[in-house]
Order: sequence, then structure tokens, then C-alpha cells
Amino acid sequence: MPHDSAAAADGPVLRLGEAHPGDRGVILEVRTPPAGSTGGVDPAELELRLLEFGFVEGAQVEVLHEGLLGGDPIAVKVDDMRVALRRGEAMNVILAPEAV
Amino acid sequence: MSSLPVATFALVGNPNCGKTALFNALTGGRQKVANYAGVTVERKEGLADLPDGRRVRLVDLPGTYSLRARSPDEAVTRDAVLGRLKGEPAPDVILCIADATNLGLVLRLALELKSTGRPVVLVLNMIDIAERQGIAIDTEALSRGLGAPVTATVATRRRGLEALLELAADQVGREAATPEGGWREPTAKEVRDAHRQARDLVRVAVKPPSRPDTLTGRLDSWFLHPVAGVVILLGLLFLMFQAVFTWATPAQDLVEAGFAALGAGAAAVLPAGWLTGLVVDGLIAGVGSVLVFLPQILILFLFILLLEDSGYMARAAFLMDRIMGGAGLHGRAFIPLLSSFACAVPGVMSTRVIDSRRDRLTTILTAPLMTCSARIPVYTLIIGALIPNRTVGGVLSLQGLVMFGLYASGILSALLIAFLIRKVFWRGGSEPFMMQLPDYKRPEPANLARNLGQKAWAFISRAGRIILPLMVLVWALSIWPAPPPGAEGPAIAYSAAGRLGRWLEPVFAPIGFSWEMVVALIPGMAAREVAVAALGAIYAVGGEDGALAGILARQWSLASGLAFLAWYVFAPQCVATLAVVKRETGGWLWPSVMFAYMLALAYAAALLVFRGATALGLG
Repeated sequence: MPHDSAAAADGPVLRLGEAHPGDRGVILEVRTPPAGSTGGVDPAELELRLLEFGFVEGAQVEVLHEGLLGGDPIAVKVDDMRVALRRGEAMNVILAPEAV
Repeated sequence: MSSLPVATFALVGNPNCGKTALFNALTGGRQKVANYAGVTVERKEGLADLPDGRRVRLVDLPGTYSLRARSPDEAVTRDAVLGRLKGEPAPDVILCIADATNLGLVLRLALELKSTGRPVVLVLNMIDIAERQGIAIDTEALSRGLGAPVTATVATRRRGLEALLELAADQVGREAATPEGGWREPTAKEVRDAHRQARDLVRVAVKPPSRPDTLTGRLDSWFLHPVAGVVILLGLLFLMFQAVFTWATPAQDLVEAGFAALGAGAAAVLPAGWLTGLVVDGLIAGVGSVLVFLPQILILFLFILLLEDSGYMARAAFLMDRIMGGAGLHGRAFIPLLSSFACAVPGVMSTRVIDSRRDRLTTILTAPLMTCSARIPVYTLIIGALIPNRTVGGVLSLQGLVMFGLYASGILSALLIAFLIRKVFWRGGSEPFMMQLPDYKRPEPANLARNLGQKAWAFISRAGRIILPLMVLVWALSIWPAPPPGAEGPAIAYSAAGRLGRWLEPVFAPIGFSWEMVVALIPGMAAREVAVAALGAIYAVGGEDGALAGILARQWSLASGLAFLAWYVFAPQCVATLAVVKRETGGWLWPSVMFAYMLALAYAAALLVFRGATALGLG
């Protein structure tokens, strides 16, 4: 089936919040979280925090570890830094998964 | 040459970049620690000498990822950098401290700092670790791209300090180009753009590591393992509490012998009479019975400092997040709660890192349930007196197990209370949990020694300032008024303390407290460990001879002792904690709530334990 390069953007995507240890990829998009999904914090504020921790379009991400209960939180490597976050917040980070 | 400081340099950087180690190396012992006016954010200030002999003032600011402050802690950094703090001029130069092994995030911060218009110097700290990993940083290119001078240091080996100070002094008076209107909160787009700029800078100036650090990854595969990680965490905590009991004994014996000799010496020199009583029974016995716990407190602090300095603490917060989250606590609450094992006062103060007010209040209300070091004297005294010193299963000390149980009850009840607060009073989601997991580092012995010395001094000076005067008071109340001539029974029964104890006794009788125990609770309100000193003084004045533990073993039933322990798991007996809660929450409402709920819990727990133990035949 012919696929042109423009279709790559419609290729498989993975929400970081649904990823598992070993999954890796490049961040395609950091979304402003939907209203009501962020508890007591303003969605725009959560987006800024993700950005300030290095979750920014183009960054290389790899999931390293997950917690015992429900696999939450997750520990990820963002470029050269290790960060822990909950899956709920990680749902707003969209990856282009890399074949392992 | 001593002179007035000619300029002020502020140290700003991400958390875990070695900023405080650099501050310590630059200022040596010449620092003061205080709080910023109006907020209880710790303020560290010190002096450093330039190579030409002039003197500069250095201010260590709380670590942050951005000037966009989210918590009171970060607000101080922002306000200090912008010169918005009352009585604090803006710094002449901002030293932006970077972990040389990981420049990505700090370069974005450096760009933001530059937008304040203040001169910025980028300091590549821990350059030795970067060199060992084979990271090559072209400081020229970095400096050109950033538009700010760059220098490298190794704080722990005092490398590059003079060059840094000289470079910074050159920047005094230079104004960078300021965007119109100065600094303002960046938008999401601006943060993205700054990241892109920072990443381009890294690409140009930094050659990635040829020997990357694999240690952190290898250690994390154990420490963050879903099962093994939790087992290791529990094992570490258990080891910590066993160590507090077994390692401290020789040092404690030494302190005890020292105070006994001091008391005997004083008794031999001083004329017989009330003065000798005051000095020997009141002061020396009282202060000695508290200082004897210094070795245990130092061991506890040593463990906490090692966990912090090595980078493990963030892993513990990761492992605990879900459990704490289930109880309605924030993952970040782990660090205030763990500090509360040393003392609830810094614990409550460190809740400033939690920006949601509800999460913060829940943490503040439960922090005093963590077993603070002031409870250690009470626990060890009662356990040592009433719990047999034998091993269980050949390896574990029974006394250590009871201690572990007391700590565990504090933790479990804190989780339960937090759960109730969140389910009953404040429903709704909690704030996000996002935290850097720093690379593991070998703790620096000099740094450890400095911190430990500060803790030891704080404990000793507290013994002098609070415990000493209280002991004089307890002693005075327990000998005055003197019994009428021909009175029967011990003299203390006629004293003010004895009368007060007997008057309150009916209230505490259901939970198995004798009047001596009740008397000890009263000065214990000021500081928990004073209860131990007070018991010592009461029994000494009452004519009981020998070590306090021996007296308690004769006088107290096991059920009463266990009830006393249960009381102390919950009792809100610490004026300093209530005062810091008032200051942090801005009123008397929350300290009152805390006092009421903890007092009720203490009474209920002691009642339950006393009745239960009596029913089991331990009365």
C-alpha cells in the first residue's frame, strides 16, 4: 500500500500515560489537558509544568520503571534527565513510538 | 582584612545541582541561616572574599525550574531575583548554577534569568563528573550562544572558586539587554521557544558523554523495581530504626556516665541544701537525661542526610506516591513527612513545596504524627525500662521491634487521618506529581559533617534554652511548698507539682497514668523530651535512687507503660509545632483543630491500650 511521507504524521501514536517500561519515542505533541482532568490545577498550568520539566516537542522519551500498584507513577527518561510523574499527567504527552 | 561587602551575588539553579555545596564552599563557615520576613522560607546568606580582598555577600535561593513561582518557596526565589523582597535590593549578579552533566533544563532557566536584565554568570558545577563521563563542553561557544560568561567549578574539591568570584565581580554594574517591561511570566509558546534555543545551544557546545553514567540506571533497576524497590525501602527504614537502638548504646553509656560523674562532683563541692538539690537533681539530672539521646538523634539524622545526599530520597517518594495518593496525600508530601521523623517543625515548613492549599493543609495536619526525634527519649526510656531486652528469632531485638511498631502506628494513623480528611472534608482530585530523579552521588563527608554538626548544635542549644529553664521550674514546683512538720509519705506529695498531679489524676486514671506521669506531661507540653527529664526530677526529689529506667521498671506496670507510649504516638505536646502551624496557616484555627484531634486520639489510644493490656493480664 503506497504511503507518502505526509502520512507519517498520521502514523501510530502513543500516549505516554499508556506506555510501559521499555517503550520509547519522540514527543510529537504536548497537549493542554482537557478541562476537569487536572484536579485542583489549571490545565494551562499543567502544560507549562510539563514543558518546564523538559516534556517538549522533539524530546526523546523512554519509560524506565513503573510503580507497583496499577503501574503508577512512571519513571521516564526525557533526553538526559530522569523524571517521575503520574500516568494521569502523562496522558497529555503524545509520542511517536520507536520500534524497539 | 574585614570590610563591608561591595556587591551581592544570588545563587539560582535547578534542585539537585550542587548549589548548596557550592554556597558552602564559597562562604566556608561564614553564613547565617534565618527566615525571610513574613514567610518561613529559609534564607541562607554568607560572605566570600574576592581574590583582591574585597568582600561580597552571597545569597543561596531555593532551587527552581522557572521564575514562574508555583509554591511559596519558589516565590522567594523569584522575588529575590527581581528585587521585590522588602529590605532586599536585587542582586548585583545572578550566579546560575548548572549540573554540568545535565544542561538541558538549566539553560532554559538561564535564558529566563537573563530576561530580568541582571547580569548572569553560568556556573558549570560538578564539571569533574562531566569530565569523567567524557562530556566535552565548549564554554566559549556556550558563552557566545547564551550571551553570558560561563565558568566551571567543582564545589566539593574547591576547584574554580576564585575564577568564579573574579568573573562575577567583573559583571557588577553591567546591565544586560532587557526585554520591554522586564521579566514577565512566559507563555507556553515562549517556554517551547526557549527550550528550542537551549537545545540548539547544547547541540553546538556540548559533546554527549562517551562514557555515560550507567550506575544510576543499574541502581534504579533495583531501587525502583516494583517489588524489590519496596522491599529495599522497608529494609532501609527498618535498618535505620535498629541502628538507632544498637549503635548508639556505647556513646549513650558514655554520656550517662559523664553526667553521673558531674552530678557526684557537684554534690561533693556544693554545700548541702537546696542549691545542691537544684543543681544535682534539677539541672544536671534533667539536662543529662535529655542529652543522653543525642547519639540516637545523630544516627537518625545521619541516615536521613545520607538518603538525601545520595539521591535516594526522590526514589522513596516515587515508591510511596501511590500509597500516599491512596490516602489522599501528595507524593511530594513524602519529603515533609520524612523530615518530620527528625522534627515536625522543619517538616511543616517544608510543606511549602506543595502548592495546592488543601494538599498542603492535609500534610501539615498529619506531619506531627510522624515520630519526631523528641519522642525518641520518651520511647527509649519506657521501652528500655519495661520491654525485656531479648532477641526475637535470634537476630531482631524485641526493643527495636517495639520501636518499629511505634513508628509504624504513627505512619499508619497519619495515612488514615489523611484519608478521612480527603474523603470527608475535602473531596476532589489532588495536584499533579512531577519530580526529578537525580543521578546517584556519593555523599560528601565534609557536607555530611557540617549538616550533622548543625543538627547536634541545634539539639544541644535547645536543651539549654528550653529544657534547662523548664527543669528549674519543675524542680521548684516539686519541692515547694515543703511538707508540714510530722507529715507522712514523700515530701513531693505535698508540693505544688504533687498537688497538681493528684488533682488531675482522676482524668487520667482510666488510661492508667499515675500522678507522677501526669506531672511529667505538663512540662512535656513545651517539648516532648522534657517529660523524660521531668520524670527523672520527680522521682529523684521523691527519694528514689538509681537510674530512671530502673525506677520505672519497679514503679510502672507494663500496661501503664504501653498506654504512656500510645499517648505519645498521638499527643500534640509540642508548643513549637503548634506555633509553626499557626504561622504557616495564618491563624489559630488549624493549630486548634490539630491540638483537639491529636489530644482526643491520644486519650482514646491510651485508653484502648491500657484496657487491652490489662485484659491480657499485663496490668
